[in-house]
Amino acid sequence: MKDDQVPQDDSPTYSGHKKLVYAVDQDGHYKKVQTSGWEVESFATQMAVDDINQRAADAAIAVKQGEASPLFYHMFKHRMDIVTLAQISGFFQWQIRRHLKPHIFQRLGRRKLDIYCQVFNLSIDQLTHIDESK
Amino acid sequence: MTEIENPLVHRQSSHCETGVVANMLTSQGITLSEPMAFGLASALTFAYLPFIKVGGMPLIAYRMPPKSIINGVAKKLAIKVNSQKFSDPEKGMRALDKALQQGQNVGLQTSVYWLPYFPEDMRFHFNAHNLVVYGKDGSGNYLISDPVFEKTVTCTADDLQRARFAKGALAPKGLMYTFETGQVNVDYSQQIYKSIKKTAKIMHGIPLPGINFIGIKGIFYLADQIKKLDTKPMKYTRLFLGNIVRMQEEIGTGGAGFRFMYASFLDEASEITKDKELFELSQFMTEIGDKWRDFAMQAVLYCKKRKQVSLEDIAEALIECGQMEKQLQRRLLALRASN
Repeated sequence: MKDDQVPQDDSPTYSGHKKLVYAVDQDGHYKKVQTSGWEVESFATQMAVDDINQRAADAAIAVKQGEASPLFYHMFKHRMDIVTLAQISGFFQWQIRRHLKPHIFQRLGRRKLDIYCQVFNLSIDQLTHIDESK
Repeated sequence: MTEIENPLVHRQSSHCETGVVANMLTSQGITLSEPMAFGLASALTFAYLPFIKVGGMPLIAYRMPPKSIINGVAKKLAIKVNSQKFSDPEKGMRALDKALQQGQNVGLQTSVYWLPYFPEDMRFHFNAHNLVVYGKDGSGNYLISDPVFEKTVTCTADDLQRARFAKGALAPKGLMYTFETGQVNVDYSQQIYKSIKKTAKIMHGIPLPGINFIGIKGIFYLADQIKKLDTKPMKYTRLFLGNIVRMQEEIGTGGAGFRFMYASFLDEASEITKDKELFELSQFMTEIGDKWRDFAMQAVLYCKKRKQVSLEDIAEALIECGQMEKQLQRRLLALRASN
């Protein structure tokens, strides 16, 4: 990549930040060049972000309709899935799958709820309700 | 709370671990560029690990695993790394304060997700991020040199503690490290050739049947998988291809999955060793990096549903990358010190 060909596409995913890449000058020697983003990279990031946001939005609807527990929403909202949540919380995946059911989540003891509070850095009240604005 | 600010050279870098190592050592009087740290640690590779899932997608890596750069550079320059992990977060924070008070810059392994100074779209659950803490301000916030950012940043003690003790895959467990640098007395030329030889071997992959996901074999394996994507739903295909592009470009690789950074290392190495062939190899590596960028572009064009690009085309572009890397690998392996 030549230094004058380093893309400057002002990627929204960079939020105004600049990243550093390595590119060659006229003589083929390397130098550091800042970039405000590359449209190709930005598109890939946006796909992943949209996917996770879509999952959180779908989860919010499922929770409101009583099909899933608030945990389902918080999990996606915090960019996790069952595998990651199991690794972070220390629960088994089958336990988490149970906790995603509203009637089981409602009966969870304080000790288990506290673990989820810690994982998401939420209060008990925030954990057991969903507020999409946050 | 007393204010501490240890002397530190903050230079923006492409990648966190190489940036931290280069900046910490330079601050301690051992001038080192980021590409030189990357090259000396023989950190360049390729790996496609379908059995390890990150966010539901197979793991794709363009460099050696976390911590190999810290340890690799330290070994090559005969520097001692003092590292500590903690089971008790409070103890981990006290140890950090103590080291800062002693005038040391401290490298930390953290999660990205819990660092509030990261923009929202860059925050994900990756636990092997590296940064340097170089002081503490009057209100107890830590002064941080995060190498992927243009300027230094600050972070509250609560947030930093949460990031250091995040759980899950590659959990940092509060890892902190400092370098013990005395007089560095190494022959850079010799270490450069040694590290290049090692990279050539790593790129060749592991010579065992069935192990075809590391090194250049991994590139061809991934190309095969891309051809097979037409049996999968479009949504999965898009996320699969997008994931490759993100691992190659987004996560701080200096462009084209560290290939340009390695080319920059070869360029610098050629100047140190006065070996013209290293510069020629650097130019070839640049071509390879450009090819990878081309591959990323085709993959994204496909995701945008442009009809002129097929999965076959994308796989072909990737195979070309693999073939060029094979040529490079042979030339790197055949390299002999010129003096």
